[in-house]
Amino acid sequence: MEQIESKVRQFLRENFFVDDSEELQEDMSFMQTHLIDSTGFVELIAFVEESFGIEVRDEEMLPENLDSIASLKRYVTRKLNGRVSA
Amino acid sequence: MLLHEFLDRSNSRLPGKAALVCQGARVTYGELDARARALAASMAGRGVARGDRVVLFMDNSVELVVAIFATLRLGAVFVPVNPLTKRDKLTYILHDTEASAMVSSASLERQWAEPLAASASVRSCYIVGKSGCTDARCLPFPYAAGAPDVRDATTIDQDLAALIYTSGSTGDPKGVMLTHLNMVSASTSISTYLGLRESDVIGCALPLAFDYGLYQVLMAFQVGATVVLIESFTFPLAVMEGFARERITVFPGVPTMFAMLMDMAGLERVDLSTLRLVTNTAAALPEQHIARLRQRFPKATLFSMYGLTECKRVTYLPPDQLDTRPTSVGRGMPNEEVWLVDEAGRRLPNGSTGELVIRGSNVMRGYWRKPAETAQRLRPGPIPGEMVLYSGDVFRTDAEGWLYFVARKDDIIKSRGEKVSPREVENAIASLAGVREAAVVGVPDPVLGEAIKAYVVCNAGAHITERDVIRHCLARLESFMAPKQVEFVEELPVTDTGKVKKTALRAASQEKNVGADRIEGTAVPARELLRGR
Repeated sequence: MEQIESKVRQFLRENFFVDDSEELQEDMSFMQTHLIDSTGFVELIAFVEESFGIEVRDEEMLPENLDSIASLKRYVTRKLNGRVSA
Repeated sequence: MLLHEFLDRSNSRLPGKAALVCQGARVTYGELDARARALAASMAGRGVARGDRVVLFMDNSVELVVAIFATLRLGAVFVPVNPLTKRDKLTYILHDTEASAMVSSASLERQWAEPLAASASVRSCYIVGKSGCTDARCLPFPYAAGAPDVRDATTIDQDLAALIYTSGSTGDPKGVMLTHLNMVSASTSISTYLGLRESDVIGCALPLAFDYGLYQVLMAFQVGATVVLIESFTFPLAVMEGFARERITVFPGVPTMFAMLMDMAGLERVDLSTLRLVTNTAAALPEQHIARLRQRFPKATLFSMYGLTECKRVTYLPPDQLDTRPTSVGRGMPNEEVWLVDEAGRRLPNGSTGELVIRGSNVMRGYWRKPAETAQRLRPGPIPGEMVLYSGDVFRTDAEGWLYFVARKDDIIKSRGEKVSPREVENAIASLAGVREAAVVGVPDPVLGEAIKAYVVCNAGAHITERDVIRHCLARLESFMAPKQVEFVEELPVTDTGKVKKTALRAASQEKNVGADRIEGTAVPARELLRGR
């Protein structure tokens, strides 16, 4: 879990405009804070797929899976354990 | 007729009917009217008066709609600003409009705090949500019930209702001045040809800062319909599921949205059988997308349309013509005349190619405080004293007068349906340390229409990566303006007069652009295409 979080934070820092990614609270919505828009989510999904070796299915492209650090951690963990259904 | 009378009339007829469904709330016409009263009374108390500009820097929300109508009641002018806008541009807009008030949200404080501090004109800044701002001008968005109905009784339909900013080729955004008459006329013409009715439920995921989104609300209020307002189309499946639950009948979109839906797994399980109208504008839909869209929504009628902020809408293709001439954008809408002219301004017969000219009550009053730019677009029309709009877009007509888009006369890029000024992006890139110069062009992109490509020349010894350039732009520009591709070059090709040869850059990029071919490969999911470099 810790590793997922640090990888995601690093990705956000390197790819999006974050004043200081430590400011990003775990449950802060990327969309509502305008950190990431629709094109950015496509990049985020590509990053998640590549770095964690999972496939994000169209049906799983939902805010509850992708729209905050906390939801990404839960989603990636479940995926790695093979327990995600759309 | 004044624009805010749309709300008055629907409220008097249908006070208990849902006007807006947004973020889980259902707001009736009566409630919306009461909320608009509360804000108008507060703004009036703080000195907002007829002719003042009120900047609305917000996501799609009930409060945004309330703020539009509250502003109009005071005879003031609303200025919707895309919530993707960054500090520098917001500072420019506050300064250019000399706004006396702003309405925004706590979630956008990172972007508005500095511009507000720098603005001498803004006297009140209403904030939705909890903000830590200590500026004495900030105050919470009012919700009090039972406020008096404060209005300006002197407003007439020649007064400005809105300023809508659009990208200009000089790099400075231009405020399109629209009167009540302009907006009521456009709304009436469009809702007439679409056949909008009171029973319609419009699913709107377009930002209201974009006129196409804004008019969904205006037209719905004009006919007493309901709008399901969504903040963004980022998660298309979730949006479409929400639309299905509300049994929407009208779905306005742009080609990028439709491209995202084309191959989306799971959409077939979403019941959109109530959908009767699908509309497209901002950019042309490729023919194969039209066919697939009709497969996706077999019961819906598809309208292909064309417009520009300067007059809202220009043309639409009657749906019964879609099979005969799928690539045409149609003809002028009701209560409007359009024609093509040659370089000398002479009217051309059918079967010609020339610049499209528009005459009608929907044509803007010009660009705010930009007389030179206004004079390029608004020129004398057939009746003494009247002005017609030169669109800057080249079209051809067939023998029967149906219009087909050919090209723009300037180098403005259309990406994701939004106009992007290459100069604005070039200025942003040039402010990155180590960059000597930059040139930006649009390259064909199957999902975005055109993607932004930047050619960058660095100073000797500078180490800049593609990601550095993109990040730098994301911090300063709306995200659709940030380049998708960056190529570092030794020098830019220039003409004899020293101007950058954009045609040479476009040609070079097209030779390399593999993504453009993939539009035919419909099996490739939209997100693969969006990602494609």
